[in-house]
Amino acid sequence: MEVRRVTVTVNGEPRTAEIEPRLLLVHFIREVLGMTGTHIGCDTTNCGACTVLFDGLPAKSCTMFAVMADGHEVTTVEGLGMSSELHPIQEGFKQEHGLQCGFCTPGMMMASKALLSENLNPTEEDIRWALSGNLCRCTGYQNIVKSVLWAAEKMRSQPAVSR
Amino acid sequence: MYPSRFRYEAPRSLEEAYGLLQTYGDEAKVIAGGQSLIPLIKLRFASIGVLIDINTIPGLAYHHADPDGSLHFGALCRHRDLEYSELLRSRQPTMAATAPLIADPLVRTRGTLVGSLCHADPQGDWASVMLALDGEIIAGSATGERAIPVSQFVTGPFQNSLQPGEIAIAARVPAPKGSVSGTYLKLERRVGDFATVGVAVAVETSGGSVSRAGIALTGVGASNIKATAAEQALVGKALNASSIEQAARLAAQAAEPKSDHRGSADYKRHVVYTFVTRALSSRGARAA
Repeated sequence: MEVRRVTVTVNGEPRTAEIEPRLLLVHFIREVLGMTGTHIGCDTTNCGACTVLFDGLPAKSCTMFAVMADGHEVTTVEGLGMSSELHPIQEGFKQEHGLQCGFCTPGMMMASKALLSENLNPTEEDIRWALSGNLCRCTGYQNIVKSVLWAAEKMRSQPAVSR
Repeated sequence: MYPSRFRYEAPRSLEEAYGLLQTYGDEAKVIAGGQSLIPLIKLRFASIGVLIDINTIPGLAYHHADPDGSLHFGALCRHRDLEYSELLRSRQPTMAATAPLIADPLVRTRGTLVGSLCHADPQGDWASVMLALDGEIIAGSATGERAIPVSQFVTGPFQNSLQPGEIAIAARVPAPKGSVSGTYLKLERRVGDFATVGVAVAVETSGGSVSRAGIALTGVGASNIKATAAEQALVGKALNASSIEQAARLAAQAAEPKSDHRGSADYKRHVVYTFVTRALSSRGARAA
């Protein structure tokens, strides 16, 4: 069995492991690193629940092999903020009831993070466009859009907050 | 889902990749963005012995225009690069219109134009666009490079005409001979679905008449369809209501739609007619 040594920078911290090439990035994150914030939804590249930032851009971690992340940067929902100090995006989802069951939420927030990193003044249409690869079966999306608008406003008023 | 085991190679140059292909032969599969290939591997529709990852090869992520006006797209040029490309917005409106309609934003981050063409999904969008533009694939191997027109590159569902030892290293769109306009119109039930109907239109005009016309259809046949008769009906004429109507009618005739959950055959044929009309009219077409 072929095993390869990879180093992936996850939420700013280099993480080295010996893995099989067939290991998916999402399994690396959840099972090797034990970070279960990133969810596996459809497992067929449809739903976006597993969205992480790969070198700053939103991608489906169920549709990448972890060996392909060797030498790259990955940001997961754990990299946004902790319960003691929520990121404005997390706060927005809380304030505007942007989740019900919460399963899609990590992916929604990471796709939102990618959008707000590029555009702090998104229109509703910009948000719906940026989140169009992320499925939610509970909310009907209305409150998710409101949550991202809330976060954008908060981040505009607090430029020091990490983006 | 857990894919079956495979060996992984991450070459640092095309020469090294060609060597690996020679070593492993049919067992090897090249991966770029992997947004179609990885799902196939996970579902075990595709079984591979060796995965050759070309993401580690520098210099393939480009897209640029040559001084002669032809456009070149490297094997690692992602859909997202094209979605935000100023070059396409100013030079190639059909491709500029297509890029944001590929899959969803997350897939566009990783997936590539060239990989998508290699995958040769009969419902894929890019093949129609490249048929309308008379695009080519550049196949590289240890013994050199050759250009393959996309019309000959896609040989069937999920089949392309790459030979053993070859890698699709780029795509190329020939230089226009007149002023360029066109668009890609796609009807989809939701983001990420296959096109119910897609229509690629690319027109070049000089001196008030059409010097070149490209029209190709997605989702209305067993493969992407180049609507040759509709194209020919436009060449040498001014774009006006009468020539547009004729082209739209001929394109609808070229379609071979089947009734399914996305719509009836008649409906899809009607959408082809409407889309071609819209894309050729001044309101629908984007000028370069």
